[in-house]
Amino acid sequence: MSATATRDAFGKALAALGEKHPEIVVLDADLAKSTKSELFAKAFPSRFFEMGIAEANMVATAAGLALSGKIPFACSFACFLTGQFAEIRIALAYSEANVRLVGTHAGVAIGEDGHSQMGLEDVALMRTLPGMTVLQPCDDIETARMMEFLVAHRGPAYLRLTRQKLERVHAENHRFMWGKLDTLRPGRDVAILTSGSPAKAALDAAEMLRDDGLSVCVVNAPTVKPMDAEGLEAIARQCGRIVTVEDHTVMGGLGGAVCETLAERFPVPVKRLGVQDIFGQSGDPDELTALYGLDARSIADATRALCQEKTPV
Amino acid sequence: MTTNTTPDVNALRAICVELRADIIEMLCLAGSGHPGGSLSAVEILVALFWGPLRHDPKNPGWPDRDRVVLSKGHGCPALYAVLARHGYFPREELWRLRKTGAMLQGHPVRSFTPGIEANTGALGQGLSVAQGMALAARLDGSARRTHCICGDGELQEGSVWEAAMSAGKYRLDNLTAIIDFNKGQIDGHVAEVMPLDPLDKKFAAFGWHVITVDGHDLAALATAYAEAAATKGKPTVIIADTVKGKGVSFMEGLIKWHGVTPTREEADRAIAEIRAAGAAA
Ligand SMILES: Cc1ncc(C[n+]2csc(CCOP(=O)(O)OP(=O)(O)O)c2C)c(N)n1
Ligand SMILES: [Mg+2]
Repeated sequence: MSATATRDAFGKALAALGEKHPEIVVLDADLAKSTKSELFAKAFPSRFFEMGIAEANMVATAAGLALSGKIPFACSFACFLTGQFAEIRIALAYSEANVRLVGTHAGVAIGEDGHSQMGLEDVALMRTLPGMTVLQPCDDIETARMMEFLVAHRGPAYLRLTRQKLERVHAENHRFMWGKLDTLRPGRDVAILTSGSPAKAALDAAEMLRDDGLSVCVVNAPTVKPMDAEGLEAIARQCGRIVTVEDHTVMGGLGGAVCETLAERFPVPVKRLGVQDIFGQSGDPDELTALYGLDARSIADATRALCQEKTPV
Repeated sequence: MTTNTTPDVNALRAICVELRADIIEMLCLAGSGHPGGSLSAVEILVALFWGPLRHDPKNPGWPDRDRVVLSKGHGCPALYAVLARHGYFPREELWRLRKTGAMLQGHPVRSFTPGIEANTGALGQGLSVAQGMALAARLDGSARRTHCICGDGELQEGSVWEAAMSAGKYRLDNLTAIIDFNKGQIDGHVAEVMPLDPLDKKFAAFGWHVITVDGHDLAALATAYAEAAATKGKPTVIIADTVKGKGVSFMEGLIKWHGVTPTREEADRAIAEIRAAGAAA
């Protein structure tokens, strides 16, 4: 199985797309080596703007570039982009500026740097902005397809990427469909819905649960906003129980979006896995992933427990 | 400033040698972290913690203690090594830096580590926090002083200049900012990424008393801290001219060593070199 960090897939795709699309410009805030925008910077130095450690300025500058017909990709760690929410809210989203915000270092899986560098609230914050598309790829194939989509798409968008390598779960010819859920494995008894990094762990959990006689459906949500309400309702009707998994706070992210959508359309029991109402911390990425309940075993345990709960009347 | 050869400075130099060795060992064992900006800040911290700082490691919550805010939080290995030597926590904690559940987090966290005053790690916030502490000291009628250590790259954050403006307005003479002017950041040299010049004039224009000093000269730093304390009606900024990666020949001045840790072999070589230079001095 090939494994690639989605930030690497992004950097490669960005540099390749830069060739075909002269209106693409890229901004970074002293993290080009980490976000991988560096590849574009090397290939197209005149269309790359190194803004220094000044994310607010970067975000609003990107808005100005977008309002002047460019397609800006503004890159930093997810947590430092959301740090500039005032600019994202007005200069960017409210102005309907065609900016692509690219937030890397999503989740506790960044490991040793600890909470201050972890993107843990970015999906929740971005989701609250009208017109903002929120995308999160789960492997390199999906990242590449999303990048093609993002160049053509109109309106502000947020792309959430990982520092760590993710095992590929899609075929080379996979098609990304904006606003649509993506079933990775069919099943009847319970659905595990993931976005971004936990896809492979969810598939492994489904495999473990075969021994329990459970038929587990695994669904990937590459678009967290707009949420595929019809697709979600269909899954809820079919499986009756849903576990959401994300390396992000359980509040307002994928789990939040799923609960909000189903509460109004077709309520079913939902278990939200992710970072509960606590901060991140330093540690080995795999140890933290297990500690925060995002490894295959934790997902399997939580899914089994949800299936054993009595269905509420 | 000429070299001061009083035993005092010699003793401090020996401490700097030990701290640098600790920093390299910690980062090697951790396998991740930031050597460049930790090594550049050693003398800044030593001249403060073995100098004018009023603090009590046995009573880290003493209300009238002086405050130190490490705004460039990624440089915390240097601060951790200093705090350990003052007995804020057992030295063994140094060797568990960044491990799961460790007291010493990758960036400073108050609730985890005695002696840490503010959680940092997102650059550009510390000077505002320090300003709040300085305003509170004034309200409390306390003589305590607040020190804030910033990176030079960090000064690119607009929020730093908002703090500079308000500290100027409020004439916070109980506040000292120390700039670890090591001329490097992540994507390159500060002068190329986003130039700061003329930094001294910028701070002066915001109403600060500006001192420029060799940031590895302990005697000069001591004089600067004394001058800051004696300056009335203005906050003081000490622009400490430093070398990123100071003390390790293969790290000095190289951008690469901002956030890359030494292998065991490199660490052994670095520590031997640090000790040898210390013995020769
Ligand atoms: C708001 C914010 N943006 C980006 C980063 C990532 N980052 C960590 S260290 C660093 C470079 C810091 O350079 P400088 O302030 O000069 O520190 P030093 O050279 O002393 O290490 C950056 C960009 C951060 N920690 N916070
Ligand atoms: Mg620097």
